[in-house]
Amino acid sequence: MNNITRQILELLEDNAKLAPEEMAIMLNIDLVKVRGIIKELEDKKAILSYLTLINWEKVGEEKVNALIEVRITPQRDVGFDAVAERIYRFPEVRSMHLMSGTYDLAVLLEGRSMKEIAHFVATKLATIEGVVSTASHFVLKTYKQNGVIIEDNEEDRRLMVSP
Amino acid sequence: MTQKNWSERINPVVRNLPPSGIRKFFDLVSETKGVISLGVGEPDFVTPWHIREACIYSLEKGYTMYTSNWGLLELREAVAADVEGTYDIKYNPRDEILITVGVSEAMDLAMRVCLTPGDEVLIPEPSYVSYAPCTILAGGVPVFMPTGLENGFRISAEQVQASITPRTKVLLLCYPNNPTGAVMDREELLKIAEVAVQNDLMVISDEIYDRLTYVGQHTCMASLPAMRDRTVLLNGFSKAYAMTGWRVGYAAGHPDIIGAMTKIHQYTMLCTSITAQMAALEALKNGRPAMRHMVEHYNRRRHLVMQAFRDMGLPCFEPGGAFYAFPEVSATGLNCEEFAEELLKQEQVALVPGNAFGQSGEGFVRVSYAASLDDLSEAFRRMARFVRRCGVRTKVISAPVKIAKAQSALKEGILSNL
Repeated sequence: MNNITRQILELLEDNAKLAPEEMAIMLNIDLVKVRGIIKELEDKKAILSYLTLINWEKVGEEKVNALIEVRITPQRDVGFDAVAERIYRFPEVRSMHLMSGTYDLAVLLEGRSMKEIAHFVATKLATIEGVVSTASHFVLKTYKQNGVIIEDNEEDRRLMVSP
Repeated sequence: MTQKNWSERINPVVRNLPPSGIRKFFDLVSETKGVISLGVGEPDFVTPWHIREACIYSLEKGYTMYTSNWGLLELREAVAADVEGTYDIKYNPRDEILITVGVSEAMDLAMRVCLTPGDEVLIPEPSYVSYAPCTILAGGVPVFMPTGLENGFRISAEQVQASITPRTKVLLLCYPNNPTGAVMDREELLKIAEVAVQNDLMVISDEIYDRLTYVGQHTCMASLPAMRDRTVLLNGFSKAYAMTGWRVGYAAGHPDIIGAMTKIHQYTMLCTSITAQMAALEALKNGRPAMRHMVEHYNRRRHLVMQAFRDMGLPCFEPGGAFYAFPEVSATGLNCEEFAEELLKQEQVALVPGNAFGQSGEGFVRVSYAASLDDLSEAFRRMARFVRRCGVRTKVISAPVKIAKAQSALKEGILSNL
């Protein structure tokens, strides 16, 4: 990866709303080149998606999140991947990682209530063949997500004019 | 009983010192609502967390005492290593480096140590607001070397030579420059160094913006041949590590000079706050990645700012360092103070009139791009609207202004030759 590609990705990672025109100016390169690089990155799925990070609480929407530790039995030839796929295909699963340590999968769920999540774990997740055990941990408060502090009170405190 | 006039009792040197030109404008800005400020002379980043956290830890550990007058030895060693690593100049941390309360204090000390009454100090202009007052308070006489758009706000060796009188003692350098963003190239600095040696001048070099250099590489004055002992190198942590409020900087130079500066420092300041020194130490130990990140951000915004002025039709030379642009606003028909005031009143954008940084700043304004992208974009939208109302059309119109200027300069040149 060259330096320009890295810089474009960093800019987009920080702010997906940046227009190619703005990036071209900021990086002092040709607009056509910026568009070309972005297209290429999208085509090869280096750029997977442009998402928006939302604090749903601010609009009065209740969301419940939970981390489920899942232990599974690996299968011949495919290891953990086949069971993993059966789990991550559920839209309730927001993120999922294969972990080192005492359990195998860290499954992050999002639902409208604890009941909804409990129901999903009990009826869908735990019953999948190959799942040995689950341990559910509900999120009490989110402080930071994807590098963004949820309630950041560090506003600009500088003097309005200084030499 | 007659009213006593206390003002008469004040030392006339202080009484006659003009207040900072920014003050008046500051009051005006404070009274205006909804202002986007591009008038701020400090980073918009908060000090990186690892530095703040290290400072909290130092307090927990009870580091609340005086340090050596020179500053913490560990910090001086780290400064020496940093300067050597960056510019290949060796300073002995024991007697050639003094930790000061920012470059501001270091500047005052250097002037007081170098000057006797009537000594002249050569100061590039436009430049930071404290150089002339520090000179005057130390009994010296400021002699300005005006720079402008035509020479990229850089001084030349010839200009320095031409400004020298038998009373000239000190040459002050301030690059990358606040307010213009100008940087000096190595070749010209080499020539200036020769002039300094030939005329036995001391050089005080304020290099606080050295790490914020985007075009080419910064040349440290003290790194040039025969300049190490002749130069008092001033630098600090405010700009590179976003640590303005901590007030910590340093001076490096010949032990006689630094020793003399330390003498004043020990009686007036005793030492720089240990808390700030602990934070500075952490900045030098682990601050490089965060600094690079900030510099990259400034550079991107710098390109945006350049484009914005091109689109507005205001001539602006490309700043190579610091985080300021210095566009010329004469095409609007307003002088720099009128431009700043009207822009503030009509569009609620604050910037600093160029003449706050000296006479040759007239006709220009300082635009700080140490501001968020959103603020910059909105401020430029408003500024473009204002400039259009003043009758300036895009690039096409601005070109004749430049040409007219060049023509009049040419005419003057011809006339003066006659």
